[in-house]
Amino acid sequence: MDVFDIIGPVMVGPSSSHTAGAARIGKIVRGLLGEEPVDVVIGLSGSFARTYKGHGTDKAIIAGLMGMSPDDERISQSMELADKAGMKYHFETVTLRDAHPNTALITAVGRTGKKVTVQGASVGGGNILINKVNEIDVEFAGEYYTLVISHKDTPGAVAEVTNLLAANDINIANMKVYRSCRGCNAIMVIETDQQVSKEQGELIGHLPKINNVTLIEPI
Amino acid sequence: MISYDSVEELVLYAVKSGKNISDIVLEDQALQLEKSPEELFNAMQQNLLVMKEAAARGITSTKKSPSGLSGGAAYKMKQASDQGKSLSGKVLSEVLAKALAIAEVNACMGRIVAAPTAGSCGIIPAVLLTLQEEKNIPLTKVVMSLFTASGIGMVIAKKASISGAAGGCQAECGSAAAMAAAAAVELGGGTPQMAAHACAIAIKNVLGLVCDPVAGLVEAPCIKRNASGAANALVSAELALAGIESIIPVDEVIAAMKSVGDAMPCSLKETAEGGLAATPTGIMIRQNQCNH
Repeated sequence: MDVFDIIGPVMVGPSSSHTAGAARIGKIVRGLLGEEPVDVVIGLSGSFARTYKGHGTDKAIIAGLMGMSPDDERISQSMELADKAGMKYHFETVTLRDAHPNTALITAVGRTGKKVTVQGASVGGGNILINKVNEIDVEFAGEYYTLVISHKDTPGAVAEVTNLLAANDINIANMKVYRSCRGCNAIMVIETDQQVSKEQGELIGHLPKINNVTLIEPI
Repeated sequence: MISYDSVEELVLYAVKSGKNISDIVLEDQALQLEKSPEELFNAMQQNLLVMKEAAARGITSTKKSPSGLSGGAAYKMKQASDQGKSLSGKVLSEVLAKALAIAEVNACMGRIVAAPTAGSCGIIPAVLLTLQEEKNIPLTKVVMSLFTASGIGMVIAKKASISGAAGGCQAECGSAAAMAAAAAVELGGGTPQMAAHACAIAIKNVLGLVCDPVAGLVEAPCIKRNASGAANALVSAELALAGIESIIPVDEVIAAMKSVGDAMPCSLKETAEGGLAATPTGIMIRQNQCNH
């Protein structure tokens, strides 16, 4: 905690959890999709579902999906901007078992047809936690440079990536590996102190045991 | 380095070095964040400018919030102030107008600085910006006073809470008032000990205040509680500057706020299930919002 956690952040109101956090979840989904979303289904659960209109949670999520940050004043007009940009969106109420009260389940399809499904929660003070990516349980907050890597659940996959990071003098702050079942698809989430460049990201993507890589900047 | 475990620690450091609380917080944060004091000062000045913009915008606006519940209160208060209709004088009426203004901008999805939260964002800027204008205090001093406010806020966040969901409104508007009171004492030329007493008095004044937002929205009673929170900060700063001391030491007051917050039922901690939210009118507003 520092002084700017107390006097700050600069944000668009009215609620750090229901507005600022919601925009951050939207922005992470865009980052994970890696391209401009054109068709999005947003499921809201718990308190998000009950009070989203009054808090502008819907506008904030759309704004985040369009790449806006929580302090962007265009958040209040995000739906008109999405309509103009040709982004289709649909809101629905969902019931998620054992989820935080402020949780969104978002499926986004990008311009090239790429698709991602993300479950994220706004956990207070504008902070968020991403709980699921494409049905796989994960846990990251988007506060660091974050690498979300889909890979084969096979020996050496992690070493391939960490060796490459080490060779580029990139320090790993936090790291976790998740899989749906033994030998199935797996995800590793690596949070780094230094930025991983686009070129370095592509190099990781071309490693033999890696399926694809998404780089997310701190939000 | 400062631990921010007590307000007493901040006072001791300040008194020992013959400086203000703001100076020692800025020096410490520069060390902890590995940045220059100038960088931190400039970042805080940016925050103050955002606060100023929000105040100016809210005071001239009669726009309703997306829920339709609020809007235009700051404008009315400013009119009354400008027409000399205030019972208590210019400083208080201007403080009230700005507190309402920033809280209304927040409700209308405008840009604000969480201080310490979005729900209590009007209190600190209302007090500090009004003192700047009415007492001709240089901008530099006002920016510095935000470091005093945040030093106090860090102690409260660490030892109690600044979240309505965890500690009720006392933790949001009460903490903001305590932070503003300490900063106002510094702007008024008071000692670090006086700032600590002002902080204690402000929290004591609203100990036990519940967080009961109607329909779960940051509007009723939040916007008006920003006005009363700013007034509470002024009252507390005035008392402390006159040399009046809190009988209960500040850190014990903060600990009491924590235990009161823990004892508060969940229905009175931002869940919109109790207090004003559970009144017949509150329930009706909630139902209207759902059909909205």
